[in-house]
Amino acid sequence: MNFDMTDDRRMLSDSLTRFLSEQYGIEHRNKVAYSAPFHDPAKWEAMVELGLLYALAPEDQGGMGGTGFDILCAFEPLGQALCPEPMLASLMALRLMTAAGADIDPLLTGETRYGVGIGEIDAPYELQDIQTEAKSGKLTGRKSVVYGGADAERFLIAARHEGKLALYDLAASDAQIMGYGMIDGGSAAEVLLEDSPATLLLKDAEPALEAALDAGRLALCAEAVGAMDTLYAACVDYLKTRRQFGKPIASFQALQHRMIDLQIEIEQARSITIRAADALDTAAGPRAIAMAKNLVGRAARLVAEETIQMQGGIGVTWEYPSAHYAKRLVMIDHQLGDTDYHLERVIALGT
Amino acid sequence: MDLSYSTAERDFQTEIRAFLSQNLPHELTAKVAARKPLGKEDYEQFHALLNSRGWLNGHWPKEAGGQGWNAVQQHIFDEECFAANAPRIIPFGLRMLAPVLMAFGSPEQQAEYLPRILDGTDWWAQGYSEPGAGSDLASLKTRAERDGDEYIINGQKTWTSYAQYANRIFCLVRSSTDGKPQQGISFLLMDLDTDGVEIRPIRTIEGGVEVNEVFFTNVRVPAKNLVGEENQGWTIAKFLLLHERTNIAGVGDTMDALTKVKAQAAKITRSNRPLTQNPHFAARLAQIEIDLEAMKITNLRMLTEAQKKGAPGPEASMLKIKGTVIRQAINDLARRALGPAAAPFPSEDIDGNLTIAPEGHAHDAAAYFNNRKISIYGGSNEIQRNILAKGVFQP
Repeated sequence: MNFDMTDDRRMLSDSLTRFLSEQYGIEHRNKVAYSAPFHDPAKWEAMVELGLLYALAPEDQGGMGGTGFDILCAFEPLGQALCPEPMLASLMALRLMTAAGADIDPLLTGETRYGVGIGEIDAPYELQDIQTEAKSGKLTGRKSVVYGGADAERFLIAARHEGKLALYDLAASDAQIMGYGMIDGGSAAEVLLEDSPATLLLKDAEPALEAALDAGRLALCAEAVGAMDTLYAACVDYLKTRRQFGKPIASFQALQHRMIDLQIEIEQARSITIRAADALDTAAGPRAIAMAKNLVGRAARLVAEETIQMQGGIGVTWEYPSAHYAKRLVMIDHQLGDTDYHLERVIALGT
Repeated sequence: MDLSYSTAERDFQTEIRAFLSQNLPHELTAKVAARKPLGKEDYEQFHALLNSRGWLNGHWPKEAGGQGWNAVQQHIFDEECFAANAPRIIPFGLRMLAPVLMAFGSPEQQAEYLPRILDGTDWWAQGYSEPGAGSDLASLKTRAERDGDEYIINGQKTWTSYAQYANRIFCLVRSSTDGKPQQGISFLLMDLDTDGVEIRPIRTIEGGVEVNEVFFTNVRVPAKNLVGEENQGWTIAKFLLLHERTNIAGVGDTMDALTKVKAQAAKITRSNRPLTQNPHFAARLAQIEIDLEAMKITNLRMLTEAQKKGAPGPEASMLKIKGTVIRQAINDLARRALGPAAAPFPSEDIDGNLTIAPEGHAHDAAAYFNNRKISIYGGSNEIQRNILAKGVFQP
């Protein structure tokens, strides 16, 4: 057994961590994450230059990685820094374009940024519930809460075509895009399609969509693990510093035990995420990913709620970084299937 | 045993229900139902409406101009208000300071302030917590130095709810550093318009502003604004805490929130069926309903007991702990129910142009985050456990 990352991956992770801590401090993050365009386009470019997108794309397509462990190495640091850049959408777009055999160069170089429109108001998670339709190369329907969509240039859209779920490539200018900020920072958009012209990329896209969703779910788990690490460390510091009744509140056993319970859950979350990364793109992948998303969803909420409670009033203030970590951790469960949805998947997918 | 309300109590309930349904403006109830942030005028409008019916101070004794409601009547009243989508009654003047003035205030203070609380002339803020004195309230440091017939105040209060709307504040201040920390505290009334007072808003986790920091720099307060005796403030604070705790379980609010989350889930479709038929969601909902059913009875048992004894005992801490946990669980469920649609930052822009969450639920995630405060304020649930443990292990 060896749980160490390869040198290449460690270098990527280290350089990203360094970049984020130097360039993307929490004050800057909160400044850009909550006002349009809800991220920092200049920093996005710098991150593309770091080679982050190459690390998320497979080697035979001109990338330099794209495995589960590459996803881990990229998204953990993003979570630690609470980075609102639209990396999730880019990862999923890379996966979908690769599956469709489309040219991913414009994505890798940062020339074009994609949003990925799969979910709908009445089809938040299940592909079978998707209503958006394609007729003669034109799309009609509405994609809801498309992450990173406020200023994406193009969109990949899942739509029904001749009884199958197909994948289309759409220019933002050919649809009505209503972008907005999210409660935990970053952007999303409603994509309103009415006979919007789009290019068919893949006729039978369901397996590719499931695979892209699973990669996205793994990325969210890794991001959550990173965010939990930072939030936990901040809470430990706070409890050691904050004095009440003449001593640091960290000296109260009631709080110590609760912190240890969190530490255990965070380690469990890390382990299931490693397990899921290892299983990605194998037959065991879907169930392992569902397990991870369920466990991480539970752990993230517990860590968010408990650290808020133990930090007291300061924990519910905007000025205090931990509050933003807690929000992100709770809201990750609303993305690409929540704990209940993935529990159902774990049951349905059997052993 | 008889778990039902008496005939008189049921009549009382009917009377309140009818009054609220006939008189509460629709715009106001719609705002409350959608959990939108309310402004000062919203609260004032509701207070004025209740005052016109003599119910704003229903819990005040008859000799003070109230209705002399007992704890059960007060509970029925609160329950009906929540069910009618009324704003909550701002408690600082009506339910905190007023009982203090009746018990400890001079006849002059009572004559001056009680009518102004009732007619809305004064909006009181509560100056208790400080940056260094939260759970350990007795360690508060805001200084009050006597100078002739005035006190000079220096220091800082924090987490002051709605100070931006208030014109007055009642404060716990340190008037002596001799003896135990509890012994040198005084209870002082202040005008927020006085020179040297500065209010700075604190933005909360979800982006709203309802709490503030209040700074005092050489603020001169007439000595006649002292309530009770100098250095008697801790006794008053404990008395006030007891009154604050009669409605601590928030059962009315929670029952109403459960009804709403059920209605919401019935409107949300997941995999071609309403969310209420999703077994996992249904189980979460039922679990909360069970806890709340028990809580209703726990609350009524303790209210009845408090009525007999005149004031709630330490067991009120149980109501605070379990009541807030259940309330937060419902907020959690309402947020979960939305799925991805919980994500948008709540703002009028999106609300007005495009429905993402079902109508009236755009603020549910924000409400979940905001309500993390209820297990922290008013004595955190950890402090409540300390109170209960003291009763069990150090009686």
